[in-house]
Order: sequence, then structure tokens, then C-alpha cells
Amino acid sequence: MNSTMTTKDSSFIEQSARQRVKNVLDEGTMRELISPFDRITSPWLAKQGIVSQFDDGVVIARGTINGEQTVVAAIEGSFQGGSLGEVSGAKIAGALELAVEENENGNPMSAVLILETGGVRLQEANLGLAAIAEIQSAIVALRRHRPVVALVTGPVGCFGGMSISAALCSYIIMTREGRLGLNGPLVIEQEAGIAEYNASDRPFIWSVIGGKQRFESGLVDSYISDSQSSAREAVEQYLNQGVPTIHRSEKYSDLLEAFLRLDTQDHIAPHDAQQVLLEGVASHE
Amino acid sequence: MNNSVQTIPEMKVIHDNPSSHRGAQWFALLSHGFTKQNAIVPSVLVADGEYENRACRLIAVVPDLNNHFPRAVNGEVGLLEGMALAREVNAVVEADAHSETKRALVLIVDVPSQAYGRREETLGIHQALASAVSAYANARQNGHPIIALLVGKAMSGAYLAHGYQANRIIALSDEGVMVHAMGKAAAARVTQRTEAELDQLAAENPPMAYDLKSYASLGLIDNLLQVESATQPTPSDKHSVEQAITDALLDIKPKDTGISRRLSGEHRQASRQVRDLLKAQWTGA
Repeated sequence: MNSTMTTKDSSFIEQSARQRVKNVLDEGTMRELISPFDRITSPWLAKQGIVSQFDDGVVIARGTINGEQTVVAAIEGSFQGGSLGEVSGAKIAGALELAVEENENGNPMSAVLILETGGVRLQEANLGLAAIAEIQSAIVALRRHRPVVALVTGPVGCFGGMSISAALCSYIIMTREGRLGLNGPLVIEQEAGIAEYNASDRPFIWSVIGGKQRFESGLVDSYISDSQSSAREAVEQYLNQGVPTIHRSEKYSDLLEAFLRLDTQDHIAPHDAQQVLLEGVASHE
Repeated sequence: MNNSVQTIPEMKVIHDNPSSHRGAQWFALLSHGFTKQNAIVPSVLVADGEYENRACRLIAVVPDLNNHFPRAVNGEVGLLEGMALAREVNAVVEADAHSETKRALVLIVDVPSQAYGRREETLGIHQALASAVSAYANARQNGHPIIALLVGKAMSGAYLAHGYQANRIIALSDEGVMVHAMGKAAAARVTQRTEAELDQLAAENPPMAYDLKSYASLGLIDNLLQVESATQPTPSDKHSVEQAITDALLDIKPKDTGISRRLSGEHRQASRQVRDLLKAQWTGA
């Protein structure tokens, strides 16, 4: 793509992972680590006759946002559905671990995760899962020092183990096009039946796990329009806010009671879910 | 699964995965002489006791046929389980905040999967599981030694939420003990391959395999423990497991709060290479 063609307010969703990283960092500060020139590819995909990619679908870069040191990791949704394998997972975990070290050495460093992922790459199953556990450990360690901001814009959305990773972040930013949920719609439909979850009913899916619903349920912090400037501004805003007093993953106590009181005989309408979720966390605010 | 040893009546619900009683069985065995705590939810069992003078909390997720959420009756980690685990773990962290010696957490792991369902997605199951991951990671990083004891299935998001943040992982050497990102039948459907094809691929790709030996080659098990019976443990099995837990507790030093030891596995060369390269490129030329 010709970068001179993109203006400040064009779509963020249509950008590649690399362009997205460049977009959220201060101009001219992006320095990619383990770039495609290093040719670190998945050792497992080739053995299964699947074409690998020189960045294994993850872009890692250091730079600044508003002058503050930040490491950005972006998953490329167009490569293997944004799935995480050994290499792509290790790139994110390793980068976050180094950011933790920076903070421990007295050098503040934040992180931004641009998530476009179906979760574990099944061709590297157990190494993808292990990497996600390592990413989660690093997020919890890092968010004590500086914010870890997650951006979920679509088109893939954020599923599987990485939806748990997003939920560990200090802040989550979504667009209307983004989707955030543990199990992908097709997997639920296969496991639980079409009456439980109709994966091809797009309005239904978005009404449950889409950006607007997640925002109105308080499961994410911000709901932005799809533009490069709004993505960039939202990231800046949350980095400026610093580490939240209580992370979202710590606001569960009253929610647990609320879920126990809920009538679970039938399905729960999205609007009712908003009320339960908002009231459940309100006491922590 | 061997049905002859089951003393609990079979469930009336039809499911892919009939519930396993291994977790409850090992919990009953190992918590003998411990103080059982009142359950917040019936599917999360907790008992407090000690090993070699080290105070310890034993935690298991078990099936609950009357689970308030109908898609979490088979021992799946669902909304309630994720948040209840977080509560039980955080209670220990808070109680020990000012103690020199932090209580150990021993996790009995027999979790067939995360709960798949519409209610779960609507209410943000990813966030509930994040509460559990967060609690465990925080506990470990605050100096609480965590040991995961794998006695049955340790699948995907369920294992991320209950087990994968442990300092040490002990697994019973038994066919019914399995770690994976997705059950074989579901993985075959999702990747559009037959189960036989998956087995063939797994033979050459240890991260895809369903057997424990391949999994151990990834460096993700600290102790593969021989027992006479994983489903009908003998007194000597109980003794071996308790010895393994005690050994692991003695092995975990106060500053050993990370999980980087997992990177030394035979089949994790790429994970190490990526981290080395990130480190080398981190500060720039």
C-alpha cells in the first residue's frame, strides 16, 4: 500500500499491523524489533505444509507516544487468522518481559497491544497456549508500573486466550466493528448447537460481543469510531491516565453475587447483561 | 474413561464430555486432615492445611450437576468459577500481605474446558477468567509458591484460569492426563482434518500432540509422576504426590516468582531464540 495515500483520518481497521503500530507511535520514533529481515519464522507451520511469514504475524516495535517510552505489539489478522504460535507468542511475551525489566530498572515504559486474533494457532497448539500464559503473567507484572492498553478494532476481533489477556489490561479500547469474547462464535455453535449460538447471525453476534455492547456493559473503557486519529487519540488518553486504582480484573466480588442472583434458566438479553455488569462493578468505582 | 470406578451417579444431561471425578477424588484424598472452607460456589473446593510446616491452600474446580449456569456443570471453568477462584486466591494474598512467609497454593487440575455458551459470552466470561489469571499471577509474583497438580484434563482457557500461572507443574503420568488448546474432535472440525490426520501431524509436531510425553518435551512439566492409579489412588500414590508437592515447595525459593524456567524445554528453541534476539535488539545500535 502506498502510505502517501493515507490521510490522518482514514480507516484504522483497514491498516496492516505494521501500519497500525506506526500510526499509534509518535512520528518517526518507530523501531521494529525482530523485523521480517531477521526471517524468524514458525518452525512448525513449514513442517505441516503451510506457508510461513517472516514476522509470524506479529509486529513488535519500540518508540514513544507523547514522548513516553512505549513498546507496541500488533497481531496481523490476515495471517492465519491472527493466531498465536510459538514465535508470534514469544515475540509478545518477550517484549512485555523486557518492558517489565525497564520499569524495574527505573525506566518507565508502557505497552500497547493491538489485538486481532482468534487465539491459539491450532497447528502449534500447546506452544501457543503456553505463550499466552506467559503473556498474561507479563501483563500482570507490567501493569503495576505503567498502563498496558489493549486496542480491539476488528475485522477479526479478539478471542480465545487472548481475550483473557485483553481483560487483564489496564484499559481496553474498541470500535463498533470489534468483537471481544472468549470463544469464537463458530466454536460455540459447534460445541453447543445453533440454538445456543448462531454464528452466522451477524446482528446477534454483534449484539452480544460487539464493541458497542461491550462498552455499554462496562467491559471496555472506550468505544471509538474507525479512524486513525481516534485510535491514536484514545491510546494517548489512556496512557496519560496512568495506572488505574483498581484494574477491571479485580472488580469481581460483587459481580459474583449478582451472577448468583441472576435467573439463568433462560438466556440473558444483552440489555439486561449491561445492567447486571454495570451494577456489579459500580461499588468498586 | 473407566466408568467402573465411578461412585457418583451418571448425569442426566447429554454432553460430549461426561464429567470427570478425578479432581474431586484427589481433592478429597489430599485434603484429608485439612480444614475445608465453605464454598462460595459448589464447583470450587478449598481446604487449608500444611505440608512440612508450610501453610497451604488446596484448590480444585469440580463438576456441579446443579451449577447455576447450565453450561458449566461438567467441571468447566465458567463465570462463577473464574470469579470464585479469584476470591479464594486473593483472600490468601490479602491475609498474608504483611507476613514474611507466604502461604502456598496447590491447585488440583482436572478441567475439561472453559464453559461454552451464550450466557457466558453475554456476561463476559473472558473477564471472569481474567480475574482468576490475575489472582494467580499476582499471588505468584508476590511470593506465594503455586503448584499445579495435573490429575486429569487441563484444557485451553480453563487451564489458563486454573493452573498455568503456577511456579511448578506436576502431572500424573497417566493417559487421562492431557494438556491442550482444544479437544481433538473440535480441533478436527475447526482445522477441517480428520482425527487420524491430526494424529499423524502430531507425531511430527510435539506441540500438537495429545500425549503427555510430547507435552513434557516442551518443558512445561516439572515432574512427570508415576502412580499406580490416577483414578483409584492407592495410599502409596497419595504419599508420592504429597512428597512431590513438598519437594516442589522446598525447591521454590523466595525470589523464584517467575515462570521463565519453562523456556528450557527441548522443543522450545524458537521461544528462546526470539527472546535472545529481542534482548539483543532492545536498546538499538
